[in-house]
Amino acid sequence: MTDQNQRQQVNAAGLSRADYRGAPSTLCQGCGHNGIASQIVAACYELDIVPEQVVKFSGIGCSSKSPTYFLSRSFGFNGLHGRMPSLALGALFADTSLKGIGVSGDGDTASIGMGQFKHLVRRNLPMVYLVENNGVYGLTKGQFSATAERGLELKRQGINPFLPVDICLEALVANATFVARSFAGDPKQLKELLKAAFSHNGIAVLDIISPCVTFHNKENTLHSYTYGKEHEEPLHEIAYVPARDEITVEDFEEGSSREVTLHDGSMIVLKKLNQDYDPTNKAAAYALLEESHRNQELITGLIYVDPAVPSMFDAYHLPETALNRLPEKDLRPIRQSLEEINQSLI
Amino acid sequence: MSEETIVAGNPIEQKRCPIVNDFCMTVSTVNGSGSATANNLLLRSLFRMGIPVSGKNIFPSNIQGLPTWYTIRVSRKGYIGRVAKDDIVVAMNPATIAKEAPFISPGGVMFYADDLRISDLREDIIAYPMPVKKLVKEADVAPSMRDYIANMVYVGVLAQMIGIPLDVVYQTLEFQFKGKKKAIDSNWSVVKAAADWAAANLEKRDPFRVEPMNGTEGYIMADGNMAGALGALYGGLQFAGWYPITPATSLAETFTDYVPLLRKDPETGRQTCAVVQAEDELAAIGMVVGAGWAGLRAMTSTSGPGLSLMAEYLGLAYYAEVPVVVWDVQRVGPSTGLPTRTAQCDYTFAYFISHGDTQYIILIPGSVNECFEFGWRALDIAEHFQTPVLVMSDLDLGMNQWMTPAFQYPDQPMDRGKILWEDDLEKLLAERNGDWGRYLDIDGDGIPYRTVAGNRHPRSAYFTRGTGHDEYGRYNEEGDVWEQGMNRLAKKINGSRELLPKPVLKKRDGAKIGIISAGSTDPAIIEACDLLEADGIPVDYLRLRALPVCQQVLDFIKDHDCVYVVEMNRDGQLQQILSLETPEHATRLKKVAHMDGFPLTAQWISSEIKAQEAK
Repeated sequence: MTDQNQRQQVNAAGLSRADYRGAPSTLCQGCGHNGIASQIVAACYELDIVPEQVVKFSGIGCSSKSPTYFLSRSFGFNGLHGRMPSLALGALFADTSLKGIGVSGDGDTASIGMGQFKHLVRRNLPMVYLVENNGVYGLTKGQFSATAERGLELKRQGINPFLPVDICLEALVANATFVARSFAGDPKQLKELLKAAFSHNGIAVLDIISPCVTFHNKENTLHSYTYGKEHEEPLHEIAYVPARDEITVEDFEEGSSREVTLHDGSMIVLKKLNQDYDPTNKAAAYALLEESHRNQELITGLIYVDPAVPSMFDAYHLPETALNRLPEKDLRPIRQSLEEINQSLI
Repeated sequence: MSEETIVAGNPIEQKRCPIVNDFCMTVSTVNGSGSATANNLLLRSLFRMGIPVSGKNIFPSNIQGLPTWYTIRVSRKGYIGRVAKDDIVVAMNPATIAKEAPFISPGGVMFYADDLRISDLREDIIAYPMPVKKLVKEADVAPSMRDYIANMVYVGVLAQMIGIPLDVVYQTLEFQFKGKKKAIDSNWSVVKAAADWAAANLEKRDPFRVEPMNGTEGYIMADGNMAGALGALYGGLQFAGWYPITPATSLAETFTDYVPLLRKDPETGRQTCAVVQAEDELAAIGMVVGAGWAGLRAMTSTSGPGLSLMAEYLGLAYYAEVPVVVWDVQRVGPSTGLPTRTAQCDYTFAYFISHGDTQYIILIPGSVNECFEFGWRALDIAEHFQTPVLVMSDLDLGMNQWMTPAFQYPDQPMDRGKILWEDDLEKLLAERNGDWGRYLDIDGDGIPYRTVAGNRHPRSAYFTRGTGHDEYGRYNEEGDVWEQGMNRLAKKINGSRELLPKPVLKKRDGAKIGIISAGSTDPAIIEACDLLEADGIPVDYLRLRALPVCQQVLDFIKDHDCVYVVEMNRDGQLQQILSLETPEHATRLKKVAHMDGFPLTAQWISSEIKAQEAK
């Protein structure tokens, strides 16, 4: 390889794609989660994020194993089932310049972790929150999850009698500031949404339909590849435009696109497909999700975004220096202050 | 004084000599009536007179309308444990008036609101009526405030009758209301009117009175929850996640008061400690584990039910070696139990909390002052050993006001443990030819080196997990790797024994038996030891301050024929733990355990030990 070639294969951070890789996957071959890991690698590489600047979190389940399959040079913490949000919240306070990415599953988020998920969303903690949603418990070998559709039949479970939880809807109700859905089999859209999510200053919820090839891949079910491919209804074609790029909206056909500027100045450009959808209109987002339920469609794309809402960190006046780097002199109050307290207690 | 009129043979006569600075009084009110202000006013006024004093609030688990008792003990000898009998009762609650009298010691006193109907009052006690309604009605107070100010009547009457100088009461009022003139004036007008009324209308017929003395110098009045929180702030606490629960709530709420005072840059307004009220205890512990993992000094505070919910995350923190501090302000359990009553019933649960083989470092403060000290020390210990530290307080210590030595500024610099930032890691890698792993026992003490998120060194990152991992933090399911890791953790915790706060030992000449206890039982035991010695039974007393125990504790057990383990629970939990620590001497350990939700009394402890000794 020549020097010239080497230079071409690094991003603006001076890193190659290899610097973003993780350990080899131990998930089933063909698992949607593996495709998602690849797109996380691609998104971070293209965003020039230094891996040491990212912190990975997960709960328990197949999805939650996946953070080891990307960004080996990033710190990561595989926590407890359904309780990754609290873990991430505490950790991200240590250094607010870090970019958090949480990987959860439908069991981890929509069942045991529903409470923590919704409270994380409500607090608008800046981080990317992925749900690798396959409608089934894989690691315990095929039980219904809360996102499984009514009437779904599984080998040992019989027929699911309950309506599914819609993670995007739950996020929206909890006042999420970024709600998107994608499909593991649509790498292009997924990558663009990931890039936008990383640039969002708040909680970015990405519900990714990720078929389970082993326990839940019947052709006619919502979380399968074939169903996903046939019933995916992209809202729009998405292009993420980094802040430093000079590409502007002029590059898109006038009248057919909508821009959303994120906090760091970067933009998401949504190219209109078959409907005139405004992702900043929450009422429209609710209506869209309702309609897609009725039509048994997988609406994918950016469903809702509000980049202007203050994040959780905005409510805390933290020092400029990362909290976890503050020396003792900044943390221990002076002796005289204790004398004053003692005086006040006599 | 009018003792000459006393009937012969009556206990009232036997108490004809003045009893100065050595009695106990209980105020009976309904909660939500503002009595806390009045009771604290009395307590602090006595403290400011230099009289050793303690106050205990016995309150129900509701907000308004149920009976509440507040007991104040004055003791010139400095005893601040609970006594079960009252010398003086102030009866303000019609619902409990009939229940008060049996608790009054013979020759004791009852002050009662004169609209209460009292019948068949014991002949061996002295009763004084107080025209509460009349005095409040005449006071210059807004009608809406009258109920809240009615309790100032007994402050004024008591002050006059037992001899608390009114200027001391006034100064204490100023202190309590932080100089708010309107509140001070309205309360004072009632206190003054009541004292004047008592001076003009009540004839002193009882022996109980107070006199200024010099018994509180160097002391402050504070509660353990506030002290623990302040200690943590002086320990450089950076993150607290918590969820409200009686009796721990006021610990975290202290942060709200003091973070802006102690941890805010006056120029930039930026704060170096973040406090998050979590959605539940599952999240509170998750947050602090995340924060501790990422290099923040982190803690949460809870009580038994919350601790139950924290079990799984504590097990993860133990195995993944994350420093966190958990304060358990114990109350009576199991289940919801008696939420407003005190206990030491979480010892065994805390020591072994979570599934699998676990063991935790436990600190047990025995005074409010020690709550402050362990507030900062716990953070040092957690980071030093990279493990959860549980601090076991209780409702009595946490929520009651105690006289306690003034808080002492930490006498040691912060111990941040083996944490590696970029340069440290670079140096270590150079020394060791690039060989570093998160769980590698480089120094042979079982304590590995750690990096934290935000470290930008390309070799710093590792993946933390609760699943099996090797010395380099890599996923591993091999049996011998698992076992080696677990054995190293045991070695690490064992290595803490001699480095944790040492026990406090009080020896007496000729003692053959010993007492071991921990926590808020301390004042009652100190007094019990005096009672036992007076009865010819000298006892050595060792107060444990930490688990796992050090050699000194094992020696203490070995060196005594019999060791009574005194504690507030049913099963003798501390005795159980000590039996495991020293199975060869376990038969020497005798259980002196009691749990009815009230702090132990010296009387009970000494009679229980005497009874067991007599066997």
